[in-house]
Amino acid sequence: MTEKEAHITVQDLTMAYGDFVLMRDLTFTINRGDIFIIMGGSGCGKSTMMTILIGLKTPAKGRVLYGEVDFWGADQQTRDRIIRRAGVMYQSGALWSSMTLAENIALPLETYTDLSPGQIREVVKLKLALVGMAGFEEFYPSEISGGMQKRAGIARAMALDPEVLFFDEPSAGLDPVSARRLDDLILELRESLGTTMVIVTHELASIFAIGSNSVFLDVSKRTMTATGNPNQLLAETRDPNLRQFLTRGEKS
Amino acid sequence: MTARGEMILEQPSADTLKVILSGDWKLGGELPGADKVQQRLEGRPGVRNLVFDTRELTSWDTGLLTFLMNLGTLCSRQKILLNRDGLPPGAQRLLELALAVPEKTDARQAEGRVSFLAYLGNQTVELFRSAGEMLEFIGDAVIAVLRLLRGKAQYRRSDLGLIMQAVSAQALPIVSLICFLVGLILAFIGAIQLQLFGAQIYVADLVGIAMVRLMAAIMTGIVMAGRTGGAFAAQLGTMQVNQEIDALKTLGISPMEFLVLPRMLALAVMMPLLCLYANIMGILGGMVVGVGMLNIGFMEYYNETAKAIGLWNLGIGLFSGLVFGVIVALAGCMRGMQCGRSASAVGDAATSAVVTAIVGIIVSTAVITVLCNMLGI
Ligand SMILES: Nc1ncnc2c1ncn2[C@@H]1O[C@H](COP(=O)(O)OP(=O)(O)OP(=O)(O)O)[C@@H](O)[C@H]1O
Ligand SMILES: [Mg+2]
Repeated sequence: MTEKEAHITVQDLTMAYGDFVLMRDLTFTINRGDIFIIMGGSGCGKSTMMTILIGLKTPAKGRVLYGEVDFWGADQQTRDRIIRRAGVMYQSGALWSSMTLAENIALPLETYTDLSPGQIREVVKLKLALVGMAGFEEFYPSEISGGMQKRAGIARAMALDPEVLFFDEPSAGLDPVSARRLDDLILELRESLGTTMVIVTHELASIFAIGSNSVFLDVSKRTMTATGNPNQLLAETRDPNLRQFLTRGEKS
Repeated sequence: MTARGEMILEQPSADTLKVILSGDWKLGGELPGADKVQQRLEGRPGVRNLVFDTRELTSWDTGLLTFLMNLGTLCSRQKILLNRDGLPPGAQRLLELALAVPEKTDARQAEGRVSFLAYLGNQTVELFRSAGEMLEFIGDAVIAVLRLLRGKAQYRRSDLGLIMQAVSAQALPIVSLICFLVGLILAFIGAIQLQLFGAQIYVADLVGIAMVRLMAAIMTGIVMAGRTGGAFAAQLGTMQVNQEIDALKTLGISPMEFLVLPRMLALAVMMPLLCLYANIMGILGGMVVGVGMLNIGFMEYYNETAKAIGLWNLGIGLFSGLVFGVIVALAGCMRGMQCGRSASAVGDAATSAVVTAIVGIIVSTAVITVLCNMLGI
């Protein structure tokens, strides 16, 4: 394995809504080429963490570094430039409902590349096929199911082959086979394109199958209690909350 | 057989209270509450254990569980041991699940009642904040227009086309109806007064000038505020709820250019045209009264109108239309972009867009009128 290079560094971060503090003292590093899992109980602030990482919500305290650049300390232009190299799939899909799936995926391509309409059509076709949705180009988001919207959201996030991909619960609402195929896709993107992946997920099977690094947010302590490879965490942790999370609360 | 849920309290020994439950413990029926137990406990401070006897219990549902939850809080407050062994096994297991995750106590506390002065203060601060937001929004819109002029704005031409269609052709029926009737009403009111002096012919002047200079623009503006301003707010608000606007932002596409600009452009182009059309409808309305009721000749009415209107009036009317169009679009888009993340927030956004737009229209009418007065046109 090559030398690890930090891609995103979170230092001493506090997340809050008004004076309601969700999590404090978060410090961890996401390396280039990591498949980084953000895990924790429902409502502990994983989605909020993502909104901070992608520049939609200001942290109450602390820093987020992209490479060497202080993300929240920089001006809006710098933030825009950094985040343009990221792809985001939202928990709700967040497809643009007035456009077809093809137009959804084409918009980033039209905006940031010089591809011809014909080339764009080919890319769109490929991306949809990668998430198992070939042939759905002309559908509107309201005409497909929730799980399909998620997958279309993933296709859109991947449109520009970004350096880092953020997925918020990509496999929730997917059948086991599609979920498995998605795991394969994530691994393959990392292998072939070197993409850094930041994934919020509860799916234990995929956490252990694909995760190379992770952070665990503990609601009861209001902070992170562990970070590292999930398999290693399972083997070594003494923290009852984390152990319970990683074993579905089953007694071993 | 259904018997009502009953509870008997017994005290087999000095430190134990026995709760005997019988009958149907189902929601909807009248069930004894935990306060009965509390009353009983108050008289006897020595009680340390609470046990149950449920052999006579015929059936139960959530009604029993809520009672038990209340008993649970009561017992933990008074440091009494609650022994669940006597309960039906199903109820024991459900209780265990309900108590598995401790209640969240550090979540935000509900907002208490605020005093009148605090309320007034908050509202004032809020007013200044929203005025600031409005200015910021307008500033952003101006920047977007400048980028458009330099040909750098990102928006989809096809969106612009669709919006233009929605705010023009599809608005024609309602604009026709309202402006025709307004012209008619103006003529009626004027006719009654002018007939006293035998000056019926001036109905044409009255209707012509009033419609062209002011009324057509105002009426169209108000119709568009309700029809289009509300729709814009609802569209953008729903996009906000679905995180579609977040998705645009993280892609580095400015929602201002992508969503607001085409809407503003469409209304700015189409409103003057709609006003022109509304002028014609209003004059037609007046003509129906003038020709039909006051027996003015058709050509006579036409000539009098043409003489009265003048280019300045027409220009001011169309300019007002343009301003109102921009105001309606900005109000709708701003309220939509500020929308919260719930269905009711979308409703509020639509309402407040219409109100903002109408206030804006009236205020800017006043400003334009005063300005014209000062310039003497
Ligand atoms: N806009 C908001 N204003 C105030 N509080 C909020 C807001 N959004 C979320 N919260 C609070 O923040 C907490 C975390 O929310 P978040 O959506 O980040 O959870 P999550 O970890 O993604 O949960 P899930 O796994 O269910 O998606 C919740 O307890 C919620 O009460
Ligand atoms: Mg979430």
